[in-house]
Amino acid sequence: MPNRNIVIDTIAKIEGNAGLKVVIEDEVVKDLQFIVSDYRRFFTTAVRGRRVVAVPSFLSRICGTCSVAHLFASLMAVESAQGIAITEQTRALRRLAYDGLMIRDHALHLYFFVLPDILGVDSILDVPDDPDDLGHTLLHDSFDIKRLGTAISNAVVGAAIHAPWPTAGGFLRNPDPATFPDLLARLEAVRPKVLRGIDTFFEWDASLVRNTDYLGLRNDTRFDFLEGDVLNSNGRRIARPEFKDYLHYVQIPHSHAEGYRFSDTGEDYLVGALARINLNRDLLHPRTRDDAASSLSAFPSNNVYHNNLAQAIEILQCVDDAIDILRTVELADEKPVRASSQAGTGVGLIEAPRGLLYHMAKINEDGVVEDYDVIVPTAQNQINIENDLKDYFDENLDKDEETLRVNAESIVRAYDPCMSCATNFLKIDLIRR
Amino acid sequence: MERSPHQTSGTDQQERLVVGWFSFTCCEDSTILFTELLNDHFDRWKRMVEFRHMKALKANNSLAGLDVAFIEGAISSESQAREVKRIRDNAQYVVAIGACACTGKPSTSRNQFASAQINERIRWYLGHFDYGKEVKTLDEVIQVDDMVRGCPMKVPSFLQTLNKYLELFGIVEHA
Repeated sequence: MPNRNIVIDTIAKIEGNAGLKVVIEDEVVKDLQFIVSDYRRFFTTAVRGRRVVAVPSFLSRICGTCSVAHLFASLMAVESAQGIAITEQTRALRRLAYDGLMIRDHALHLYFFVLPDILGVDSILDVPDDPDDLGHTLLHDSFDIKRLGTAISNAVVGAAIHAPWPTAGGFLRNPDPATFPDLLARLEAVRPKVLRGIDTFFEWDASLVRNTDYLGLRNDTRFDFLEGDVLNSNGRRIARPEFKDYLHYVQIPHSHAEGYRFSDTGEDYLVGALARINLNRDLLHPRTRDDAASSLSAFPSNNVYHNNLAQAIEILQCVDDAIDILRTVELADEKPVRASSQAGTGVGLIEAPRGLLYHMAKINEDGVVEDYDVIVPTAQNQINIENDLKDYFDENLDKDEETLRVNAESIVRAYDPCMSCATNFLKIDLIRR
Repeated sequence: MERSPHQTSGTDQQERLVVGWFSFTCCEDSTILFTELLNDHFDRWKRMVEFRHMKALKANNSLAGLDVAFIEGAISSESQAREVKRIRDNAQYVVAIGACACTGKPSTSRNQFASAQINERIRWYLGHFDYGKEVKTLDEVIQVDDMVRGCPMKVPSFLQTLNKYLELFGIVEHA
């Protein structure tokens, strides 16, 4: 695969469908292609020439499940380009909204997509109706967890999907503090259910270990999805505006998605919850650290299945962080911070549920977008996924094809690459010669 | 079209509405919203609905004998058009879900690109894969019986539409 250094012009999300093609010759893996097959929508081209005020909301349509992540990354890019400094209240409310996103998004992946693998069933639809069955209990836990994440989003940003209230400089509408006591009570009540989920993913013995490099945001003061520098496993620290300079774009002939290598190592790398917990577990909320201590003993980890466990721990982190914010935030009737139009280029680099998400906006003096770029986490993980799968097939060719298929699917699912990929991506094409 | 009886796979003999849920070019926000609706409706829908094809939730899927196909997303290529026609052939009714399926937007953005906007990178993708000349709405490709609009879909409209078909197929009585 060529390692080409091309200017990145990522135009659309990757989400939905992907496949896997493995060619085996004389019981040796000769070729393996992880193929993202969703059609591009070229959104970053579509926003060129548009007034910037409408762009973040438009770009939230890149992804249904993490639309708040794209919205916030775009807002931060625009604010950076236009020299807008947000208030502490906006900063706190964005953190709170993000906690809601992570709680709902991780729970969807863990309980709806991964849990059936643990239970040995095809689908949550096959979980027994027996209330004494652990699968039934966990599934119904997930309804409460997801519902709570959505309730936080509804209260803070107006909706969990394509949120209408956030804008450049703050919020078009402030949340109603009367909703906070109910959210606080529900957050405390859900903690035992979240801990039951953490135990479940800790006890799952699935394993695929391969040395890899991890990239994630690090804010030295707290476990943070929205602020910090990029850190890698070697300790290399990169300021957000320079992040893209370290990426080598790789065009993948068999995939609608691109890939990336990290120039510091020249190797593949992994972004997402596993990277975040590997790099930042010392910064977790004290309650999370205490109550998830035994599960945290698994980290640092090179087992890609521990991305699931890391997400389960992050749900607890977000519950505890949200409790803190709801207890301490004092809302003033703030209006969005505005700035006169100025030309500039800005970067928003945050942790989406699936890993580092980069938005770059170049805006002219009339407030019109001249250039826009997006790099999504699944594209960054694409080469890593492929290399993990090569490793798996190299080591397991003696297994029957159904086992290979099921395990390959669960490896990709561990990355939580996107909504539909996560459960059904594999139309596996195994060719033996 | 192959028809199959509305029957449960479990021990009770209650008939169920046989549905498929499909996603084409879009952000899948309505699929996400559907999974959120399961928080409140899972147990009831499991009794009344057989999800015969729903890639977001299960790996073992079948197109055979769908009562209703819910289809999200716009159609970007000939291969997608063939696939959605196959779904149409296997479903008694088709419901377009969400803005991209109903209006095309925002997935049809590239239909308005001036030639100057189509740079080398875009040209590579358009030429390398089977992108159609234009992105199409669902009803430009197949007959659509109902539409649930919104970005994401409007929940009351979806629930009303689902209930309409539950009544139509005699799964529930008209309220």
